[in-house]
Amino acid sequence: MSPNLTLAIVAGALVACGVYLITERSLSRILMGVMVAGNGVNILFLVASGRAGGPPLIGVTPKEDMSDPLPQAFVLTAIVIALATAAFLVTMAYRSFQLNGHDEVADDVEDARIRALALADEASDSFEEIRFSDTGVDVVSE
Amino acid sequence: MVSAIIVAHLAVAMCAPMLSSRLGARGYLVMAAAPTVAFGWLLTLAPSMTAGGTYTESFTWIARLGVGIDYRIGMLQWLLALIVSGVGALVLIYCRWYFAEAPNQRPMGLLTAFAAAMLGLVTVDNLVVLYLFWELTTVFSYLLIGYDPTRRANRSAALTALIVTTTGGLAMLVGIVTLGVLSGTLSLSAILDAPPNGPLATTAALLMLVGALSKSALVPFHFWLPGAMAAPTPISAYLHAAAMVKAGVYLVAALAPAFATVPFWRPAVGVLGAATMIVGGWRALRQNDLKLLLAYGTVSQLGFLVLLSGFGTRAAALAGVAMLTAHALFKSTLFLVVGVVDHSAGTRDLTRLTGLARAMPLVAVIGGIGAASMAGLPPTLGFIAKESALEALTYLVEYHGDGTGLTPALAVCLLAAVVLGSMLTVAYSLRWWWGAFADKRDVTAPEVHRPSMGFVAAPTLLAAASLAGGFVGPPLTTLFETYATTVPGGHESHGLALWHGLTVPLGLSLLAIGLGAVLFWQRDAIASAQATFPVVKGSDELYNETMRRLDVLAVEVTARTQRGSLASYTAIVLAVVVLLAGGALLWTVHWPASVRAYDYLPQMLVGALIVVAGVLAATSRGRVRALLLVGVTGYGTAVLFLMHGGPDLALTQVLVETVALIVFVMVLRRLPKYFTTRPLGSMRWWRIVLALCVGLTVTLLALVAAGARVAQPVSVDYYEAAYSFGYGKNIVNVTLVDTRAWDTIGEIAVLVVAATGVASLIFLRSRVQRVRGREGDPAFGARGMWLRASGALDPGSRSLIFEVVTRILFTVMMLVSVYLLLAGHNAPGGGFAGGMVAGIALMLRYLAAGRRELDEAAPFDAGRLLGLGLALSVLAAVTPALLGGKIFQSYDITLVIPGWEYLQTPFGTWTLFGEMHLVSSTIFDVGVYLIVIGVVLDLTRSLGAGIDIQSEQDQAPVPQPESTRARPAADVSPTGSPTGPVGRAVP
Repeated sequence: MSPNLTLAIVAGALVACGVYLITERSLSRILMGVMVAGNGVNILFLVASGRAGGPPLIGVTPKEDMSDPLPQAFVLTAIVIALATAAFLVTMAYRSFQLNGHDEVADDVEDARIRALALADEASDSFEEIRFSDTGVDVVSE
Repeated sequence: MVSAIIVAHLAVAMCAPMLSSRLGARGYLVMAAAPTVAFGWLLTLAPSMTAGGTYTESFTWIARLGVGIDYRIGMLQWLLALIVSGVGALVLIYCRWYFAEAPNQRPMGLLTAFAAAMLGLVTVDNLVVLYLFWELTTVFSYLLIGYDPTRRANRSAALTALIVTTTGGLAMLVGIVTLGVLSGTLSLSAILDAPPNGPLATTAALLMLVGALSKSALVPFHFWLPGAMAAPTPISAYLHAAAMVKAGVYLVAALAPAFATVPFWRPAVGVLGAATMIVGGWRALRQNDLKLLLAYGTVSQLGFLVLLSGFGTRAAALAGVAMLTAHALFKSTLFLVVGVVDHSAGTRDLTRLTGLARAMPLVAVIGGIGAASMAGLPPTLGFIAKESALEALTYLVEYHGDGTGLTPALAVCLLAAVVLGSMLTVAYSLRWWWGAFADKRDVTAPEVHRPSMGFVAAPTLLAAASLAGGFVGPPLTTLFETYATTVPGGHESHGLALWHGLTVPLGLSLLAIGLGAVLFWQRDAIASAQATFPVVKGSDELYNETMRRLDVLAVEVTARTQRGSLASYTAIVLAVVVLLAGGALLWTVHWPASVRAYDYLPQMLVGALIVVAGVLAATSRGRVRALLLVGVTGYGTAVLFLMHGGPDLALTQVLVETVALIVFVMVLRRLPKYFTTRPLGSMRWWRIVLALCVGLTVTLLALVAAGARVAQPVSVDYYEAAYSFGYGKNIVNVTLVDTRAWDTIGEIAVLVVAATGVASLIFLRSRVQRVRGREGDPAFGARGMWLRASGALDPGSRSLIFEVVTRILFTVMMLVSVYLLLAGHNAPGGGFAGGMVAGIALMLRYLAAGRRELDEAAPFDAGRLLGLGLALSVLAAVTPALLGGKIFQSYDITLVIPGWEYLQTPFGTWTLFGEMHLVSSTIFDVGVYLIVIGVVLDLTRSLGAGIDIQSEQDQAPVPQPESTRARPAADVSPTGSPTGPVGRAVP
């Protein structure tokens, strides 16, 4: 099968634009990136489905002229799910503005704490030093 | 029968939570029934055991791996099982008083389950199952030591015991597997009958020894046992004196007849055993806590036991078994007595106890018997056992190694070490009894209340057994001989008896007793001498340091791998895509032979437009501008879909893009105009490189993957199948509602979840939105207005033309949506497209006349539509199965209305209804339709109406001029129902 070069390039370009946006910090920009990349991936399905053809409607297009219906069904569900996900993400961005006044995805505070521990060469909170040596001190019924 | 008894233990243990809430501590008496039954049954085996017989029982489990639940009870197993169940029953009875006022009864079920595991451990023959029981005892011990998880002592002691004993256990597992592979069987008895040899077998045997030593707390693993004394006293008595720590001794005793001769076995057993005996005894001398004193004493005795049972001479084996029995009896007695003292006097610190012998004479006598047996004073079982032990060791000197190859000097050293250990034992036994019961000057007597008879019953019985045991030496000898004779080398012991005449062992005994008494008498001098000893870094320090380093390492690794930045995580994921998939592209030879530049020339034009829009969207700094450019890529994609031959796709994409644009604009009105004003950092160039690499990889991958395709697409059969099974002409729609309906049902579930998520993020408290009617609301205009709720809007924000158009369009759009839904099976359309059109119609009403108009158009909660749609879809899926078909099977129902098919007119025959085909999968599509409407309605209610209300109530963010930030909402409490504020404003 000889693939469609134009569609493949368009898909790759959209994915590239999407990746550039996804590696941002602003959640609404990440969201735009997901949407652009999503469109690119949907176009990939067209590349995979082969040669263009008539609509897959029995009685309208003869069988041999028909475009492949299966990728179309995949893309149809993908489009609608993308809408729902995008709406959820944009609501998260809104909520972030509501609470913090910005929608930047902050670095994890807990991870920063662990980094600080590592710099100081310290053990975590879960480490408890045991002390029940034989000094005669009654540590057992502490 | 063993299996039945173990299962019965576990069944009783399961009832413990229920029993303890009904009966409180009395539930322990019920628990005690299980080990009592076990003890009774074991007694019935006595005739067979004394005759040297064995009891076997087996069940197939994992036959292919040679793992079966096989029990094999010989003399050694029988003795240990008797100890485990007998002491277990008594301890459980004792618990009824000990835990009478305890805050929790957790030990009830755990102790019983532990007894089951312990019984299994000492009776099972298959080594893998033995390991299973071994680790079960470890786990139960962990849970029992951690009796009170709020205390640091309990927590760290439980964890230490767990880590140390499982580490040893793992070594043992390696040994078990090696032995199993070498000898081709996992049966302990079979391996002992024909032990494998060679360096590998030696290693395996030594690894099993490591497991046994860690479990029995020998040097260098000894430090976990004193810590485990943080557990309540009955638990210490059972686990850490009578039962669990004996598991190691049992294993050593079981293996010694076959493996004592392997290299390093005897040196390890001898050196570590003697060292443990002396270290434990020495440390016991300086403890003030009675229980801790016993714990160190136990460490000492365990060293002695392992030394005897592992040395592999006949006399030592006999002494080992006798000593094991004696130790189980006297040590549990002593622990239980400490529990009684602790309960009655409120302390077990020997510097604060005085005069207890007069306050509780019976307990003092019981404790005295126990201590005498521990010290090896006649006429107790402890005395005769120690006599036989000393005899076995004198044999090593007398018979030049007694078949072990031990040199005379080493034999004397060993004997001296044991006599020294015995001396220390005598000293700390005296110290224990003196500490608990004797009168001391300068100590105020604690307030003592007498223990009840039941409380003292268990230690009384155990002490009686210790005492009686001293007088039944000869029959015990006969009994234990059946085990001792399995040991190949060494001279026969003279047996257990109170009087053998004036022998060397008796002299050594007297020496130990005498010197021990001196040690006790000079205890103050000894204590001050001990204080001058340098502090040595023990293996507990080593353990601590190891654990700390491990934790620090974990922190290091986490800090390096878990950066906590979303951008870096996505970048790593994408870089992996480039490296792996892109790397595969470098190696592949399957490049397509040819490519088509395009299917139609306009594809290139549309494609170029999309790419330009995408690049501009990626670089634009304005939110709305970026959104519109993203919209251009979406609409452009729809055009590509149409050109490719997917009218359904194009239609749905256009509708989805429209809904997305409206939804985003509704949110973006409350967000700042620009994303960023920051100068672009160096990271930007890395991001561009990554983006280009990923894009290139995707393009090339698409070309290679599509070009490599040689097979027919699976959808080739859809053409016939769509009509013959799905009764539809639109193959895409039939795929959605029939062929791949499982996909669709998953998808609509995602839609419901996402819509619920959006509503929850806006309304926080509840996803149900109360919809207000218009009754008595002056905001509503009279009949005949274009849109009746538009009166609620600020006149300045009304648009009459928009209202008129909406009024006209709404009905048309609703009709179109129903048409799309019904026609979708045979022509472009379907539930998704239809639902989107209806949803846009509802959005239009909101946009034209505000949220009251939306309530007017859809006077119900969106959740109901979602639920109804989901229910309908599931019903459509399941009903065929109820009718005897398959899930999601489609039926074609032909409907003819007689007399209405055709209309005869003067101009010919017109088709009126004709022959109608109703396909059952349409019902599924109706469910999809309702859900899509529900989702759009939910989005409009939340992001349109909900944000309106939040703006009015100062709950929405306020974009700052000339900034990429907004002022956070002043009030972030949950928003009321969308119509709430209006209701408050208008009384």
